[in-house]
Amino acid sequence: MKKPYTYFFTFFLLTCCSSKEEEIYTPIPYNLEIPALFADKLIAPIIPTDNLLTEEGVALGKKLFFDKKLSGDNTQACSSCHNPKKAFTDQQQFSAGVQGEFGARNAMPLFNLAWNFDERFAWDGKEFGLEQQALEPVSNPIEMHANWNLVSKKLQESIEYPELFLRAFGASEIDANLITKAIAQFERTLISGDSKFDKYLLGETSLTQEEQNGFNVFMDEAKGDCFHCHGSNNNPLWTDNAFHNNGLDTTFQDLGFGSVTGDPNDNGKFKSPSIRNLAFTAPYMHDGRFATLEEVINHYSEGLQMSSTIDPLMKRVNEGGVQLSPKDKNDLKAFLLSLTDTEFINNPSFQK
Amino acid sequence: MRKKYCLLILTLILVTGCGEELDCCGQPEQFTVTLNFTHHWNGLKITPQDFNELKFTNENGERLSIEKLRYLVSNISLINSKNYHLIDIRENTGTSITIPELTEESYALSFRFGFSDEDNTDGTYQDLNTVSFNVPGMLGGGYHFMQFDGKYIDSNNEASGFNYHMIKAVDRTDPNNLKFEDTSFEVNLGTIVITSNTEIEIKMNLAEWFKNPHTWNLNELNTILMPNFEAQKMMRANGDSVFSLGEVN
Repeated sequence: MKKPYTYFFTFFLLTCCSSKEEEIYTPIPYNLEIPALFADKLIAPIIPTDNLLTEEGVALGKKLFFDKKLSGDNTQACSSCHNPKKAFTDQQQFSAGVQGEFGARNAMPLFNLAWNFDERFAWDGKEFGLEQQALEPVSNPIEMHANWNLVSKKLQESIEYPELFLRAFGASEIDANLITKAIAQFERTLISGDSKFDKYLLGETSLTQEEQNGFNVFMDEAKGDCFHCHGSNNNPLWTDNAFHNNGLDTTFQDLGFGSVTGDPNDNGKFKSPSIRNLAFTAPYMHDGRFATLEEVINHYSEGLQMSSTIDPLMKRVNEGGVQLSPKDKNDLKAFLLSLTDTEFINNPSFQK
Repeated sequence: MRKKYCLLILTLILVTGCGEELDCCGQPEQFTVTLNFTHHWNGLKITPQDFNELKFTNENGERLSIEKLRYLVSNISLINSKNYHLIDIRENTGTSITIPELTEESYALSFRFGFSDEDNTDGTYQDLNTVSFNVPGMLGGGYHFMQFDGKYIDSNNEASGFNYHMIKAVDRTDPNNLKFEDTSFEVNLGTIVITSNTEIEIKMNLAEWFKNPHTWNLNELNTILMPNFEAQKMMRANGDSVFSLGEVN
């Protein structure tokens, strides 16, 4: 009952304040356009209350995302490894940092990140929250290898950034906190939900026989049984955003989620990526070991490796997998490619 | 502006005053009931810390572990509207359900395991879609009632996976004429007298899923159980003895 009065008082106070501080610019709330299927099927995306989306914040985040000033030697931007034309990957197995060193993980695609409700990001889930995630690559010695204080100083001394930060956040002092907030705002606008399969679900197009059969293989527990981890017609994210050991290895060089939780039962587990936009995101798996979709499908069909933490959802492991027929494999690939969203990779709002 | 401010304060005082008056005018006292879902294996308490270890033995003598366990209950009788709740043991979510504003009286405590046919509508529940609890359309759509995954030691003495997934049973003998059988079931836990804030324990004995009346052979029934009409009916039958009333405080 007290809430309406609280709002009234807040409004009253704000009115008083604005008359005294009229010079402070109020950023314009950003209207996040949520695809119809997402709005219909999913709960609302996560937008932190301390980093609401604004036109100015998103625009600033985009500028920063493409700005090489964020690297130690001004040669790399976030977009160097997360190219919008490649669904924000670089199509390399591993990415070279500013000093030519390579990491051990494949650059993840970036889209629909605001629907990652556990907020664990990266293949091993080590980063909690998008703002936190954006901190790491900038300072990582084998990635952008920059010092956050120096990056902030560079931006502060630039001609255009101080005004942009002032308009986006009302702050005259630029720091890592505000930089990552802006980048996270931009990243939350990267929504992919306009593939052929989306149109099919909306009744705007039909599938080929191959795509339809491939979808059935995907959804059939006795065949692909992909839906338990990779979404369905009722979960347009096409991922559960959870961590699984999908039978890649018998022993683990890379502990994945286990290195984050410290629990041996999580060793060898990695985040299920979305199967949207696979046409643009090769190579596949956390270490980019599979160059083609055929190799990925063959892995689940015949290549599973037993280990103590393999997910119980991996079936017929002692036979190597579910033994799909050549036709089912071909059709499954056709279905997967029906989740290709060219509107997303060509969206002018996401280009430099 | 000052007049409005005074009016607001006056209204606030009146509203507060009225509230106190209502309390002293014989409105029935209200209590909160908390339902706590707990899990055990023939009396041995199970928490997420017990997951991933081959420490349980089923009625058929197979050693097994639990890696994932989440299930759906709906239409809890103490809640005066349609309701459903996803309980996830590994993530420790949904195990405690708080029901406010109950008055002093006797209540029949019951709930449905899973969704009735009426409530099991495909794609309707956004929170369940978001956590991928759906059932494929080829099996009739709707939602899982339970996902119980783990590993067992098979007859070759090797660890193998099992997916004890319960859904509305579907007979696909004739693909053009699917036949369904509702495998959700009502759990009646008797009458509860509420005279104060109360915590009620509802116990699930996981061993019973493998035991009574059907002794479950994991070497025969381990995965791909969703499209298995007979397996689903066996799960339904074994479900009858799974729940019991625990402590009421």
